[in-house]
Amino acid sequence: MYRYDDRDRTIISERVAQFRDQTARYLAGELSEEEFLPLRLQNGLYIQRLAPMLRVAIPYGLLNSAQLRRLARISRDYDKGYAHFTTRQNLQFNWPQLEDVPAILAELAEVEMHAVQTSGNCIRNTTSDPYAGVARDEIADPRPYCELIRQWSTFHPEFAFLPRKFKIAVNGAQADRAAIRVHDIGVQIVEQDGEIGFAIYVGGGQGRTPVIAERIREFLPEEDLLSYLEAIVRVYNQLGRRDNKYKARIKILVKALGAEEFAARVEREWEQIRDGVDRLTPEALTWAKSFFTAPEYKVLDSTDSDAALAAEASEDKAFARWLERNTFRHRVPGYRAVKLSTKPTGVPPGDVTDRQLEAIADLADEFSFGEARITHDQNAVLADVEQGNLKALWQAARKHGFATPNIGTLTDMICCPGGDYCSLANAKSIPVAEAIQRRFDDMDYLYDLGDLNLNISGCMNACGHHHVGHIGILGVDKKGEEFYQIQLGGSSSESASLAKVLGPSFSRAEVPDVIGRILDLYVELRHPDELFVDTYHRIGLQPFKEKVYAKAS
Amino acid sequence: MPKPAKAQAPQPENPQQLILDGAVVNNEWHLIPSDESAADLSAATLASGRLMLPLAVWQELRGELTDRKSEIGVWLDSDETADLLGEAACELPLIAVHFPAFADGRGFTTGRLLRERYGFAGELRAIGNFMRDQLSYLSRCGFNAFAYQGDQSLEELLKSLRDFSQSYQAAVDQPEPLFRRRGLA
Repeated sequence: MYRYDDRDRTIISERVAQFRDQTARYLAGELSEEEFLPLRLQNGLYIQRLAPMLRVAIPYGLLNSAQLRRLARISRDYDKGYAHFTTRQNLQFNWPQLEDVPAILAELAEVEMHAVQTSGNCIRNTTSDPYAGVARDEIADPRPYCELIRQWSTFHPEFAFLPRKFKIAVNGAQADRAAIRVHDIGVQIVEQDGEIGFAIYVGGGQGRTPVIAERIREFLPEEDLLSYLEAIVRVYNQLGRRDNKYKARIKILVKALGAEEFAARVEREWEQIRDGVDRLTPEALTWAKSFFTAPEYKVLDSTDSDAALAAEASEDKAFARWLERNTFRHRVPGYRAVKLSTKPTGVPPGDVTDRQLEAIADLADEFSFGEARITHDQNAVLADVEQGNLKALWQAARKHGFATPNIGTLTDMICCPGGDYCSLANAKSIPVAEAIQRRFDDMDYLYDLGDLNLNISGCMNACGHHHVGHIGILGVDKKGEEFYQIQLGGSSSESASLAKVLGPSFSRAEVPDVIGRILDLYVELRHPDELFVDTYHRIGLQPFKEKVYAKAS
Repeated sequence: MPKPAKAQAPQPENPQQLILDGAVVNNEWHLIPSDESAADLSAATLASGRLMLPLAVWQELRGELTDRKSEIGVWLDSDETADLLGEAACELPLIAVHFPAFADGRGFTTGRLLRERYGFAGELRAIGNFMRDQLSYLSRCGFNAFAYQGDQSLEELLKSLRDFSQSYQAAVDQPEPLFRRRGLA
């Protein structure tokens, strides 16, 4: 992974000092609430319903065991002993004291971490595929580009006060596991005539106005990545709307101009800067890639290793299930990536205790070269586990509550913190997640349903990604009461689509039954091996509508 | 073209003192507002001395002001992009860029483009509602003068110019991005 040198350390420690001074001035009344707001946001600090919330950046989700242990310690010393994985692969502390935040940032800086630009109208943490570097369908490892983007966007002097927040995702594989089509900029690594480059998408996003991004460039040469991003963000900074925060995202500008005209403006701007100093040098590319080389894998015979694993699985059904759902094929023979589930029933999705963070660190050290990744679906990945160690890892993960074999199933939900924590929420989301987990706790049934993304947001800002859930649940306020709208057919994959609203909303108590009726219809009408989302796309919304809203006869 | 409606555009203040090249100095420029009164201005009625004119006024009168070149500057509102001045920027002794609200970051791009694309070498002044904690970014984008209209003392403000000694990107203050300065070759 990327390691800081003295220059990076200087930048981050000067930021800590700057924020310490800003916080002191705010507490002394020298800095107004209004002026402090963007400053604290650009350090990830929100004032929430019950307490401040601090969002720590985990660049493209990657972190090492020392960082995990530090996060655990911070959650113990400054918070209530737990933390929360977010859909931008970041981590949130829900209960820090405002006065403690500079000290927390100093502790983070010691392990090369920060909270820079995890909020505010600036370029946010760049996200990526949690299986970067190990996936079999990978064209090139996205992480070196993510790190170059991190450095380019960190304290970018021109782009710290954009019309609205700005999110970039990079995907390096055939399958899109980084949801790039619902980002302000989506970068897809492509190969053309043996050269690595990028297809560039712009104007995707969720929130109140969900939009699937448009491709504005089919092939951008590798060395031009940063200058092209600079051109896009510069056009947006000049032309994006600032009169209405709900119309200020780049997606609105791209819609207003049309993707073609937007692309033409970007190209014109880019022509002026493409040969400038932002062009990546061969040395810079080599240097960035040098941080993401393969670890010291053992040379294993894949036939032997697979056979041994199959034998272990055949003796233990629970292990076999976990293997099927929670592990991922690795490009290196005899290895797998493992997803640790943070979604056992009754725990808010993405929440982990200080002990669990330390357990991930221990497991990473013992089984996966000391590194882990946070995923956009709020789980954790150990990317490089030898197949012969999977059983031992599974047993340890079970002990720490990470081995719920539900990855990719209905109960592996993306869920925002909702009305329990967030001051924007219209409705709670965590209790809805729990009610669904309790209702659908039969693992055989869940496996029979197969891959199914259910995403829950507590308001239309869509932090729980309900627009791109196969089933999306949106909390709404109806005359002061919490109701839930159901949407179907969304996807954030390479065939991205936005979910459609089923019909009138339901009370919280009704939601599990409604989901049950939707699933019943799917089971009734699916073709063999057809996933829920595919059945939906084949038969459309209407049959589901009829099933759910049918009058009891 | 999505263009925000310009309802009652707030006018920048023109404080008596400002920061110029890292020191507190007296403001020697008058600011002509861009309100209704601007329509009646002519080269003949224009006040004497150093003036910052709204872009539209300068465009209208520039032909008649050739003998006053050293004392006529221009101020750009936040929706007036650097290309509206273009190469003509080089003829000006001063360009001011208005920040009607500190959250309106268009002026950062304007500053950089004036310096980097159009070769403007004169005084580049931030005016309006920017705040102390934006000074290091403004300075990186080429601003060397800060007509601050907030509550804090200019001496205090000077400290914020030195928040960072190192940066990742190329900008006006730093001709090369850090990846070209790490000694990788």
